[in-house]
Amino acid sequence: MPILEGQGVTKYFGGLAAVSNVDFHVDQGEIVGLIGPNGAGKTTLFNLISAAFPISSGEMRFKGHKLNGLKPHQICKLGVSRTFQETKVFANISVLQNVLVGAFFGTPTRVSAADAAREASQALEFVGLTAMSALPTKDLTMVNQKRTEVARALATKPELLLLDELMAGLTPAEVSEAMELVTRIRDKGITVFMVEHVMKAIIGICGRIIVLHHGEKIAEGTPQEITANKTVIEIYLGEETHAGS
Amino acid sequence: MDISKFTSKKSLLVAGLVLAILVFLATFPTYGSNSEVGIWVTILMYIILTVSWVMFSGTTGYMSLAVAAFFGIGMYTAAFLYPKSGPLLPLPAVVIMGGLVSFVFALLTGLVTLRLKGMYFAIFTFGFSVLLYHLMVYYELQIIGYRGQRLTPITNVTAFYILIIVMVLTLLAAYLIRRSRLGLAMQSIGESEDAAAHMGVNTTMVKVITFAISAFFMGAAGAALAPKWEYIDPSVAFNMFYSFMPVLMAVFGGMRELYGPVIGAAIFAYTERTLRLRFPYYYMLSFGIALILIIIYLPGGLTGLVPTLKDKLGGVIARLRKGGQSDRHANT
Amino acid sequence: MDKATIVWVIISGLLNGSIYALIAMGLSIQYGVAKVLNLSHGEFIMVAAWLTFAFFTSFGINPLASAAITAPLFLGIGFLIHRTIFTTLRKRAPTPAAFEGNSLLVAFGLLYVVQNIALLIWGGKPRAYFWLTSGVDILGVRFALNNVIALAVAVALGVAFYVFVNRSRLGKAIRAAAQDPATAGLMGININWVLPLCFGLGALLAGIAGLLLSMCYSISTFMGIGYTVIALIVVALGGLGSIPGSFIGGFILGIVGSIVVQFESALSMVAFYALLMILLVARPKGLLGKT
Repeated sequence: MPILEGQGVTKYFGGLAAVSNVDFHVDQGEIVGLIGPNGAGKTTLFNLISAAFPISSGEMRFKGHKLNGLKPHQICKLGVSRTFQETKVFANISVLQNVLVGAFFGTPTRVSAADAAREASQALEFVGLTAMSALPTKDLTMVNQKRTEVARALATKPELLLLDELMAGLTPAEVSEAMELVTRIRDKGITVFMVEHVMKAIIGICGRIIVLHHGEKIAEGTPQEITANKTVIEIYLGEETHAGS
Repeated sequence: MDISKFTSKKSLLVAGLVLAILVFLATFPTYGSNSEVGIWVTILMYIILTVSWVMFSGTTGYMSLAVAAFFGIGMYTAAFLYPKSGPLLPLPAVVIMGGLVSFVFALLTGLVTLRLKGMYFAIFTFGFSVLLYHLMVYYELQIIGYRGQRLTPITNVTAFYILIIVMVLTLLAAYLIRRSRLGLAMQSIGESEDAAAHMGVNTTMVKVITFAISAFFMGAAGAALAPKWEYIDPSVAFNMFYSFMPVLMAVFGGMRELYGPVIGAAIFAYTERTLRLRFPYYYMLSFGIALILIIIYLPGGLTGLVPTLKDKLGGVIARLRKGGQSDRHANT
Repeated sequence: MDKATIVWVIISGLLNGSIYALIAMGLSIQYGVAKVLNLSHGEFIMVAAWLTFAFFTSFGINPLASAAITAPLFLGIGFLIHRTIFTTLRKRAPTPAAFEGNSLLVAFGLLYVVQNIALLIWGGKPRAYFWLTSGVDILGVRFALNNVIALAVAVALGVAFYVFVNRSRLGKAIRAAAQDPATAGLMGININWVLPLCFGLGALLAGIAGLLLSMCYSISTFMGIGYTVIALIVVALGGLGSIPGSFIGGFILGIVGSIVVQFESALSMVAFYALLMILLVARPKGLLGKT
């Protein structure tokens, strides 16, 4: 049952097609990985889904709703939330306040202050940041800032979570922790679509992987199928891959 | 709401201080001279303008240079509703109308320009007061045939009391907004507008509403002052100076805390009043230099020094206790 | 409109437009490369106008000759101002966005500094001087010779500047620095020279614009803000940071102004603003804007 699907998704920047005619789908309850060399169009695709910028042509639907023409805050209220490749926490306010933004504004109906506070503390507990909730977010380590982003996104009560290079820059131990966190998110009933370079994570937790190259989808399948795929191996030869193990 | 927040020792102290100041201000005209009251009128005016400016530009990071425009709109609203030929409405209603007309203008212009990048907004607001100046000159010269408007005069004391009320309302609004989810939304926009939008914040509406609210108080202040000045014309009402001074005062005072703009406005307003009489050309020049220096060397303003001072003081105190053990107590 | 009016609209539109183009290109290069939205731009125009006036009335040096002093002077002053004030700001700003916001406010302060220095030197009353005011016949309509010369100079300088930015090596370096200062630095372009240089070039254009304006119109210490607003409108119309956009936008505004003046002389600024609002709604990136 696809919770998110796209047909012919294309995005031009000037004359260059960053994403070209991509068909994709994500089924409810999956953890789907999106991989490809640098510049393949992965984050661009995420930005199209979350409406950070408008699509050039093609169609995307979330739970049957057409996403074309919607603004980011509307897509969030529909049930899609995300984290960012370059961490975009609200640096000068506390961790709790970061997550409160998601709790207050991420849902389609208005929430009371009490409900928002409860959502926020639950989200913080889920990612393990309760002890740091009063600290200014800029004082946190990079790992914990990423956790803050995840908690903030979770506070919007999403049905689909887009994770953009969550594991970038993490130590192997932190990668394992993050993998466990993502699995727990899926177990809560949230579908996960994740862009990743860290192969250990992709192979470890994704049920299905989509591979982009030069903006086009060149392969799709289970981790076993993808790791055996000749084309995929070729395009990664000479690319810096994080084996992560 | 959490009541315990309001009964803590610090809150009671602050409330007591505010009350004392209000009592002082309320009784001042009985023992102060007319010119002293006049100085206070200027100070109150600048406090209102500065706090309103910080309400929007301080948190969202969108630099509005249009204070003069909304101030002037309020003034001209008063000129139409409280003319020398006879007031059309009682004074309090005129002040409210001044605020409302500015509010509507801000709403409309905000809807058009706040969807765009901050720089376009700054450009638009900078020229807005110039545009209104030209429009009003045209209107006065071509349509009604004479320049300037005369109003039914009010005394310094009347203006003083009206401005106190407007100031209290402005501060109250600023305080409540800060504490509210609107204030949180504004801060999130200032930190990362992209992320805020993706977390469900309708950034355009938040910006527009806050912009309009801040314009309301600027217009109310203008409507209160025009009758005191008795005569206004476009070069008085839409003078870019009224966009410049709140910026200077806010940057000097610091924008992080609510009292920063108040202190900055009070200090510079008093300075302006006294310098303007003695060094009419030099004082504006020095203010320009002051703004440049403050932005470069003191970007957090006066109140931005407070955390640094608190840290240093805390360090000193900690070292004086228990010989050498540097406990880092969390700041209250 | 009869033929004479049309000729007048076109020629005076070109005159104003070419000067607007110079002013706007100056502002554009200061924002596009040095990332400073220079709200004090108009004050530099005003000072140049006064200097030209002073050179002519006190020393008898004609405006075109005094350009030999004004041009390098303004280039140098612009360079110095950026090298001292804005470079310091750039080094201390936590993020590029903070720098843009701060430099905007600093420029606002600079506005008052320059304007009040000029007030102290030259006072607040409008003045004018008269040079080459004899009439010249163009297609049956009489124009002052100084206006025609100003037009020629402005167009020539505008085209030259446009070509310089697009074709020359230094121009390429400038455009690279505008696109991506970090990478440009890696390619051997010295940011610490290019940024102040561009700010200086912007000031130079303002200086020449002020010089030309003083030839054609009366000047006052308060004329600056109006020209800053016009420059801002042109730059927003043409797209923030786009030199070609500023060039074309300036001429468009010049012609629009001349047309509006036919019907209602006081409303040209209003017309410009209306044009800006319409464009901001319809095409937020401007005529030829970069993102």
